[in-house]
Amino acid sequence: MPHSLLSIYPKNTDRFDEMLAEGGALRSSWQTFFDHLVAATPEQMRHRLDYVRRRIQENGVTYNVYADPKGTDRPWELDPLPLILSASEWQEISGAVTQRARLLNAVLGDLYGEQTLLKDGTLPSALVYGHNSFLWPCQGVKPPGDTWLHLYAADLARSPDGRWWVIRDRTQSPSGAGYALENRIIVSRVFPEQFRDMGVQHLASFFRSLRDSLTHWAPHEGKSERDGGTDAPLIVLLTPGPYNETYFEHSYLARYLGFPLVEGQDLTVRGECVYLKTLTGLCRVHAILRRLDDDYCDPLELRGDSALGVPGLLQAVRAGKVLVANALGSGLLESAALPGFLPGACEKLLGETLAMPSVGTWWCGEPTALEFAISNLERLVIKGAFPSQRMDPVFGNQLNGAQRKEMIDRMRARPLAYVAQELVNFSQAPVWAKSDDSHLLPRGVAVRVFVAATPQGYLVMPGGLTRVSAAANTRMISMQRGGSSKDTWVLTDEEVNCFTLLKNAVGIADLVRSGSNLSSRIVENLFWFGRYTERCEDVARLLRVGLSRLVDTGTETMPALMSTYDLCCSLKLLPVDEDGDGGNEHQSNDDKTIYQLDLESQMLAAISDEEWGDGLAGNIRRLLWVGAQVREHFSLDNWHALNRMQHHLQVYCEIRREIGDALAFLDQVLLSSSTLAGFAMDNMTRDDGWRFLIIGRRIERLIFLSSSISHFLRLESTRAAGSIEWLLELTDSIITYRSRYMTQPELLPALDLIVFNADNPHAVYFQLLDLKQYLGRLSAEQGDAEDEQLDLTINRLQAFDLSRFEGLDFSQCRNCNPCFELAGLLDEVAHAAAHLSDRLAMHYFAHIGEVGRQTLTA
Amino acid sequence: MTLQAERYRVIHETSYDYDSPVSLSRQQLHLTPRDCPWQSSIAHRITIDPVPAFTQSRQDPFANPVKLFAIEAPHNRLVVRADSMVEVRPRPFAGRLEESLPWEQVRKALAYGAAPVLLDANRYQFESPYVRVKHEFSDFARSCFTPNRPLFDAVRALMQYIYEEFDFDPKATTVSTPVLKILEERKGVCQDFAHLMLACLRSLGLAARYVSGYLLTKPPPGRPRMVGADASHAWISVYCPSAEGEFWMDFDPTNNLLPDTQHITLAWGRDFGDVSPLRGVILGGEAQEPEVAVTVTPCSED
Repeated sequence: MPHSLLSIYPKNTDRFDEMLAEGGALRSSWQTFFDHLVAATPEQMRHRLDYVRRRIQENGVTYNVYADPKGTDRPWELDPLPLILSASEWQEISGAVTQRARLLNAVLGDLYGEQTLLKDGTLPSALVYGHNSFLWPCQGVKPPGDTWLHLYAADLARSPDGRWWVIRDRTQSPSGAGYALENRIIVSRVFPEQFRDMGVQHLASFFRSLRDSLTHWAPHEGKSERDGGTDAPLIVLLTPGPYNETYFEHSYLARYLGFPLVEGQDLTVRGECVYLKTLTGLCRVHAILRRLDDDYCDPLELRGDSALGVPGLLQAVRAGKVLVANALGSGLLESAALPGFLPGACEKLLGETLAMPSVGTWWCGEPTALEFAISNLERLVIKGAFPSQRMDPVFGNQLNGAQRKEMIDRMRARPLAYVAQELVNFSQAPVWAKSDDSHLLPRGVAVRVFVAATPQGYLVMPGGLTRVSAAANTRMISMQRGGSSKDTWVLTDEEVNCFTLLKNAVGIADLVRSGSNLSSRIVENLFWFGRYTERCEDVARLLRVGLSRLVDTGTETMPALMSTYDLCCSLKLLPVDEDGDGGNEHQSNDDKTIYQLDLESQMLAAISDEEWGDGLAGNIRRLLWVGAQVREHFSLDNWHALNRMQHHLQVYCEIRREIGDALAFLDQVLLSSSTLAGFAMDNMTRDDGWRFLIIGRRIERLIFLSSSISHFLRLESTRAAGSIEWLLELTDSIITYRSRYMTQPELLPALDLIVFNADNPHAVYFQLLDLKQYLGRLSAEQGDAEDEQLDLTINRLQAFDLSRFEGLDFSQCRNCNPCFELAGLLDEVAHAAAHLSDRLAMHYFAHIGEVGRQTLTA
Repeated sequence: MTLQAERYRVIHETSYDYDSPVSLSRQQLHLTPRDCPWQSSIAHRITIDPVPAFTQSRQDPFANPVKLFAIEAPHNRLVVRADSMVEVRPRPFAGRLEESLPWEQVRKALAYGAAPVLLDANRYQFESPYVRVKHEFSDFARSCFTPNRPLFDAVRALMQYIYEEFDFDPKATTVSTPVLKILEERKGVCQDFAHLMLACLRSLGLAARYVSGYLLTKPPPGRPRMVGADASHAWISVYCPSAEGEFWMDFDPTNNLLPDTQHITLAWGRDFGDVSPLRGVILGGEAQEPEVAVTVTPCSED
């Protein structure tokens, strides 16, 4: 087994190997883990890989790639084998990155303050004044505790001699800590015994420190008139939105840290304070953990073209009314040329020697550096010194003669715009081969290490995000370019700190933390989440009713098939016929085979047609989109249910679409829908957010039921046998009906059950009563007037005399008065429900969303 | 050439009429004339209608006075009126042009590694949002910057070159027209010529800043009315180290002259973006072009 495990793993290489020492012996920190791998059976490993894949899919771990033809969400790649680092090795890394965090914080303090580094020439002024990430209006702004960097990350790589180097600094708003956490949660469950027995350090206390430190520094004057009288400062996580490549992480971290996830439009500055717009009004925000680039944060003083920021934010920061982490302006330190000047800055600002070197970096603005870069071009990569150049890195060893000359000419013409950097040979670590189940393969690795500011100094996360190259010999590692990732196990000889911030993933209501922090945007999305869940369920049920009659069409079910088809047409569920005639005209029964084929193709198209927006696929996509907007408000299990639905949709759309597959898919959709409904009823806190979700569901169901029954009463084809039966099936009331009446379905009792019944959750009347109750509660909490229009509708329904249907032979009636009048009344109900939806939107959501915002200069 | 101090009253009124109400408005104003060795503010007042919920005055990173305000109630109209009285004194530039250092020496003094570090000039030496650094600009300016030519002499030649080669055309450009396009199209307004001249000078490794200000609306008897007199004006200022310390000299490429007591300085920065008179963000309303009216009168006429 060991032979096969390492049979294609090179024993000798020109790189450092994380697992094997020279000569091929195992490093001691890997021994236990490797022994376990050797002992594991192929089946075990297959199960583990499968578990990793499933968890990633179900947790919805994605990394959005803007230009990915497969769509924006690409599953996160995770190799199950961790990168293992010994305690002593970690001590060295930890000390070095802590020093670097202190240094970079001091550099920011200097550059946005006294600028002594520029005055004495330690740092060229071109790299600051000429850099578009130097935010001029931020000069002189001093953050609380002189802390500019709250969360810093360093990308580390190991050279062949075993030394660690810093290959990049992340100071803007480092991503990856959340992915590291998610990787840890998955991998620690794949290898639970090894994780426990090897003394792997836990990550949770790092995040607690980050949270506590933000709380500590958040400017919070205690209770004030506008902040609702809470004692704890309100900290929010500011995201650019769901289209950002690391949005999954934003929502994951927000949930993990217990911060509301907000977008720029959720926040507003009044006077010099920042507020969160919520259903109950404005709520003072004391700290913002931002994942939005700093120059986008304030369209008034920073980038005027930013639609993502908060106008006036910088003034609030300047006035000391809000903490922004990392401080606005910290992106400057990601400058490509800076590393070359850090040793000098370290001596000057800290009086220390820089402990861990940066990868060799030369700014060509220095004449000697320019000459060095030109004569060593083959082993260097050339980068732009300023982001405004939008220059892709140029690898010297890939240039032909003419290209090389052109590059040198460019460098000589404007040397200060170029930076030369040494090419890095990453160390390698084993990954599990995906194609077969018994081999390890070597891949280049780099580790992103995270550091958080605390009042006691900088603290390193004992672990990190290990990124894995896509091929064995690459010199680039990028999640955007198809790389993978690993968990990072940092061993300790001391006792492991087992503190956890994780909430119980199962069942506990996770939807809304507290009503007062609910942003109006979130509430609106929850409302639409309710509506789309219900809409998917309704459409799926109707199509199932139709398709199942198509499957076993005999002469008996044929009329029922026709009437369901007619209802689908009346509700405009089917793709519009290109020829113009909506297919409402029935052919004679003679050519029913052709007719059936036509029905089948239309109904199948209504399920999966991409072009047909009102079809099931379109509605599921909308549901998933709205769900993604409020992702951090759902429990993991709820989220799993959504992801399963997406998965089924994808799988179904890829296979050959036959009627059997379609029915199976519809069953899945209905199952997922009822799961979501169950979560909503059973697992969510009863606050206003939840109330809006349920109101959304009720409104949607009310519209669907009343329009369906109204059309049913008007359609001619529903007079045929078997129609009332499917109507009961459509309203999920067939079981109740049979238990009550034990006869063939008849119109009067059916209408009583699905229109006038107060106990049947699929009855029109039930929806109205439920809505009245929730709206009443809502207006009581918000201090608004009660909605009178709903009462009018309820009264009209109550006043309808059902006895008029007594003795009526439905199979014979044609537009008789009772049917006609009830249909008219139900149309009114549907109309009132749609109107109610509009009024809610106007009243509770309208102050956000579509209102235009412009930057004007004069 | 005037040799005595002049006093001016400047009224700069900007008004927005919105089609639909604006519910929230935050604005940043560069409408207060800065004090400098040749200019003092005697009286100054800014009135804002409707009355803002919040105002704050401070200095921007270039030491210009700046005022922030916010209106937090719905309004259909916004009027900002700045009323200033300033004294402008003659600048001692006679004879400076040929006396200044050769331009290559100035460039060398500004480069990294030279001592002492000239931070005040360095701020205005590199790219900024409206001013690109490209070889197209240094190529364009090359004929004026012959070897060893005194800096200010060369800059004056460049000013004249731009004045002769470019047409003043208010319809040709907008605030967002890139400076490279100005170079290609050869037309624009004062702001464009200032940005173009800055791009040329910075592409040569020199330091130059953007100056926003005003001109006398009606010229003194017998003198032609200058272009740009009925609105805000813009010109540039170029850095040259000298024995007495740093020295900045103004050039107005739109009028091809050296600003003196008829140019009233409002603010300076790297480019227009740093010192735009009014910059704001509104919630609601429609994007509107403001009505801007500038009147500059000599105080003696009052």
